Amino acid sequence: MAILVNRATRLVVQGLTGSEGRFHGLRNREHGTQVVAGVTPGKGGQDVEGIPIFDTVAAAVSDTDANTAMVFVPAAFAADAMYEAIDAGAGTIICITEGVPTHEMLRIHAYVHARDVRLIGPNCPGVLSPEQANVGIIPAEIFREGSVGLVSRSGTLTYQIGHELTQLGLGNSTIVGIGGDPVVGSSFVDMLTLFEADPQTEQVVMVGEIGGDEEEKAAAFIEAEMSKPVVAYIAGFTAPAGKTMGHAGAIISGSAGTAQAKKDALEARGIRVGTTPTETARLVAELIHA
Amino acid sequence: MLAHVADRLRPAPWPGRLARALDLHEFQGKELFRRFGIPVSEGRLATSPDEARAAAEELEGPVVVKAQVLTGGRGKAGGIKLADTPADAQARAGEILGMDIRGHKVDKVWVERASDIAREYYLSIAFDRSAKRPLFMFTTQGGIDIEEVAASSPDALVRLHVDPLEGFHPWHARRLVYQAGVEDPAEQKQIVSIIGKLYETFVGCEALLCEINPLVVTTDGEVRALDSKFTVDDNALFRHGDVAEMRDVDAADPLEALAREKGVTYVKLDGDVGVLGNGAGLTMATVDVVTFVGGQPADFCDLGGGGDAQGVVDALEVITKDPQVSAIFFNIFGGITRCDEVARGILQALEQMAIELPIVVRLDGTNAEEGRRLLREADASNLHTEATMLDGARRAVELAA
Repeated sequence: MAILVNRATRLVVQGLTGSEGRFHGLRNREHGTQVVAGVTPGKGGQDVEGIPIFDTVAAAVSDTDANTAMVFVPAAFAADAMYEAIDAGAGTIICITEGVPTHEMLRIHAYVHARDVRLIGPNCPGVLSPEQANVGIIPAEIFREGSVGLVSRSGTLTYQIGHELTQLGLGNSTIVGIGGDPVVGSSFVDMLTLFEADPQTEQVVMVGEIGGDEEEKAAAFIEAEMSKPVVAYIAGFTAPAGKTMGHAGAIISGSAGTAQAKKDALEARGIRVGTTPTETARLVAELIHA
Repeated sequence: MLAHVADRLRPAPWPGRLARALDLHEFQGKELFRRFGIPVSEGRLATSPDEARAAAEELEGPVVVKAQVLTGGRGKAGGIKLADTPADAQARAGEILGMDIRGHKVDKVWVERASDIAREYYLSIAFDRSAKRPLFMFTTQGGIDIEEVAASSPDALVRLHVDPLEGFHPWHARRLVYQAGVEDPAEQKQIVSIIGKLYETFVGCEALLCEINPLVVTTDGEVRALDSKFTVDDNALFRHGDVAEMRDVDAADPLEALAREKGVTYVKLDGDVGVLGNGAGLTMATVDVVTFVGGQPADFCDLGGGGDAQGVVDALEVITKDPQVSAIFFNIFGGITRCDEVARGILQALEQMAIELPIVVRLDGTNAEEGRRLLREADASNLHTEATMLDGARRAVELAA
């Protein structure tokens, strides 16, 4: 069970021969993930600690039955890598790369949503289902298996909250970092939908932050569609008021985008919002022990 | 009349996370408009009254002298003035240069040939974050407060999304122009052309916002961009070297400029507890928690993903340059970042810079044990370690008091 990645995951790492890709790809394998292939154009035929390298994702998928791709290539090439993985038939694509241009992501977002494919990220720490599979850079040793689904826009803040949960004796079904960029492949609502349908998940923690209106959309979704309890945390309450040039932004955004506006939207629908990561973990523990 | 540009305060996007944006000056945005074929008035940049006079002489006839600052409200603040003669332009530039407009010091003016304006419209294309698509907005009620138009007569403001895969088609422009009620055929034709070129500008520069307010119709029936608000995606600047060079480093806060130079993500705040974390989310949460336990954060400083020892040294150099800082709180949760590297960076910085301020360190995650051991063995009297984020924040706030 769990969502997105599990024992059936067969991972191809785009950029496995780079130093970061190699370090984390091997770490993922140590956690038990089936890392079946790597892709680096021009290095087909080589291997990384026994993992075969291919020139194209298509060749990797056809030879190894990879069903999940992790993108670990520099930002300038990440969009190309994502399109290649989609075209090769990888059903789940997890893009760790930070700094992908927004215009690229607007096109990829539209492309992905017209197809039966799941994109997580970019600019995300990846997905971990403890004891089952780890795809990305989340330090697995601080999490344990359990019933709490965790979805977050942040990397390290996710570790913090996961750590707090672990210390209270709670474990996770899956931890998903959806990515911190304004345009990412999957939203909070997408992940809440998966958690709602996952038998292992009994509660969900949603970790949001200032900017955009995805938390507000999630609040409406939770009220209307979810039977499982959700606890939220929002970062950025003390962000100073700053400037955005021009008027278009102010007119477009339906929400103020502030942490307070998000908290209000969630609480108005009966969703509890922790003030600190510590309190958030405690709220989850209360749910479980209630 | 010139536009009443009244940008309002909105929540700050944090660097490293949401901001990733470069705001351009009016003259820079107009230069980009010109390159993509959008009509603008001829003008010159001046940094002294003498230069403004020379510019007015070259341009001939009445000119407008406009403060170039990265904020709105220039007109209301007296930063935009009409000048009939070169001597007049020199005098007006003398008044405007050195002015403070909403905390921005004016060090350059744009001297532009004055326009005889018959009508003022509003046209923009922006990245709509919620819809994940570019959004055109157009109204014939430009020049006045456009947010007021959006609120009071929403039908007058025509909105149209563009599918990012399909891109722009001429019907987009026709729909905007007809629906907004532009009736003069010559005007329709010019605006349709400008809308197409604005999309090319938006995509060609990988902008997040291209706003023309006002888009004017002159008494001769010519349509022209009289102002520009232009924001470009930082993540795309690697392939737009000409735009990247437009960054006005002088306009930034000096500490923030130093941070940028060092590759440190840093935002200056007003308190006395220097905050340093790894990752935007955790750093934001750390700033929140410091506030929550009664302290006042002096900054938001994100070491980012890698966080090697030199990165820590650079970050500490920036933070300790702020004279308000009286204690520093390191909140590190190692993932990619290794806690032993952070500890080495702290010790290296202590050696190089002789920092006497108290430093509270909380390390967890990858190689945290090793990091804590290094700090313990260093035995520096101003180094304090705490086990949790909350305790670390409390300790730092106490020590800052």
